[in-house]
Amino acid sequence: MARTATPRELALELERRRQEAAGVAVGQSYWQVVWRRFLRHRLALIGGTVALVLTLMAALAPWLAPYPFDRINLSERWVPPRLSNPFGTDELGRDVLTRIMFAGRVSLVVGYVTALAISVVGAVVGALAGFYGGWLDSVLMRLVDVLIAVPLLPLYLILAALLPGGGAGRIVLIFTAFGWTTVARLVRGQILSLKRQDFVEAGRAMGASEARIILRHLIPNALAPVIVAATLTVGNAILAESGLSYLGLGIQPPTPSWGNMLQRSQEYLLKASWLSVFPGVFIFITVLSFNFLGDGLRDALDPRLRT
Amino acid sequence: MQRFLLRRLVHGLIILVGLSILVFTLLVATPGDPVELIAASNPEIRPEDVKALRQYYGLDDPIYVRYVKWLRSTLRGDLGYSRTYGTPVVRILGERLRNTLWLVGAALVVAFVVGVLAGIYSALHQYSAADYVVTVLAFAGHSVPVFWQGIVFILLFAVWWPILPAGGMLTPGVPPGWPAFVDRLWHLVLPVAVLATFNTAVWARYMRSSMLEVVRQDYIRTARAKGSPERLVIQRHALRNALIPIITLVALSIPGTLNGAVLTETVFSWPGMGLLLFQAVLGHDYNVAMAVLLFAALMTVVFNLLADVAYAVADPRIRYD
Repeated sequence: MARTATPRELALELERRRQEAAGVAVGQSYWQVVWRRFLRHRLALIGGTVALVLTLMAALAPWLAPYPFDRINLSERWVPPRLSNPFGTDELGRDVLTRIMFAGRVSLVVGYVTALAISVVGAVVGALAGFYGGWLDSVLMRLVDVLIAVPLLPLYLILAALLPGGGAGRIVLIFTAFGWTTVARLVRGQILSLKRQDFVEAGRAMGASEARIILRHLIPNALAPVIVAATLTVGNAILAESGLSYLGLGIQPPTPSWGNMLQRSQEYLLKASWLSVFPGVFIFITVLSFNFLGDGLRDALDPRLRT
Repeated sequence: MQRFLLRRLVHGLIILVGLSILVFTLLVATPGDPVELIAASNPEIRPEDVKALRQYYGLDDPIYVRYVKWLRSTLRGDLGYSRTYGTPVVRILGERLRNTLWLVGAALVVAFVVGVLAGIYSALHQYSAADYVVTVLAFAGHSVPVFWQGIVFILLFAVWWPILPAGGMLTPGVPPGWPAFVDRLWHLVLPVAVLATFNTAVWARYMRSSMLEVVRQDYIRTARAKGSPERLVIQRHALRNALIPIITLVALSIPGTLNGAVLTETVFSWPGMGLLLFQAVLGHDYNVAMAVLLFAALMTVVFNLLADVAYAVADPRIRYD
């Protein structure tokens, strides 16, 4: 038989529900709270799931793809989508779905590696500028001002034409060289507010070195916005890579990337429209997923940043 | 405020110098200086001639001397010769610039009108189905690859349902004057729709959050409390304040629109600066490419400055000291 709750129990229960509704439950660590807030963000969940599926599809392409990589079949050129070639075949009779799966490896690697590299470079530069201040800060932040303001695609085009080779490495290099600015600015801001706090002073009082304070105390606490920026960078890097590759200056054939698959497709628009449609759908969905994911992470990691 | 603007002006000049150093570095890094080109086209050239030419062009000077010389001639409007066209670069730029301004200008107007209206509507109907649709569309708009959207639009509106031209800027044989103008507008529809998408999406999201921020303010409650009709509260009090940060955002987004313009112009063969850059890079015509890059840098600095001025003029609450 149920007994009536005492007023005190009722008050506690109310408080618990209020906190639960706000996404903070008693006795939970920061990351548990983050995880629960993230789970309530429906679009972010969908985005995260799709991003995961696409990544698995690309990673497992050699085992999942219906045909061997780059198998040419001249007797089956320009086949429109059908059961055995869901996305049709191209001008050499290669299966478009197979190529898309392998192209995803290149495009996603460019996205992930760029995001990682940009986070590391940006965090280090931002931490140095924020921690030491002075002329170093001034010089670095003026550099950030320059790089953040200028439209980068024209610059990327010229650099891509100057750097030899057609692989993913040089694309990542270019993107990292000019893309670390947002992360640096975010981390610097975090460090500026963190370095005056008591736990940093305590660390210093206990004789921790500057490097230890930066690496162990400051950067981990400044991580939340970096995670968000890195997630959005995956999408942005894939977009930029596809644009460069579409113009013929990114990843060079025969290595497929989603962008370079579209490079010649426009010529065949009347004859084989499927060649123009499907690789783009994959770029679009991938970038969209990472943008949803990043947006959800932003809300989950720091509700104050909510837009 | 004058001191603030002066400081920003100095700031802008520093950025411009920084960018000019970047452009110059790239120019030096490009293969094939003018003397190599002359030597390559003349097999009978003697080594001492090459040496004399290098001296004449100052190619063996220290790098900072070359930078100052380059900067001086650039400021005088001498951007060098185009390899592809065989004319001074400046002469090619004029018409290309005009075509790009048509495209970018129209796209910005469309993006501003659609983005701001969608953002307002979304904010005033927060959590409604329409708000949800606008939010998802805004995400889609800033995730879609520009060039692919262009190809799909060509497929939809020029191939499968052929109501618009697939590219180019005018139909051959259209008489000048009014018919040519209408023809131009007709060719603008698809590229403008594609180029406007990204900014529309970003501005709509921003306008929505700006509007939501403003309607929570005390002065809006005051306006309602004194009995102003809702339409006036929104139009006169909320909208005007919500637009202030948008003005800055718009000014700051304009240089970035050049990214989209490069791809849009390439997809639609629109003969503007973006297509010029693309062709120049493919043809190793680096003087032209650098001129476009310099133009982009100049746009960046000018619109950053304009953003500051606009903010200072539009929001009297901001103090500069």
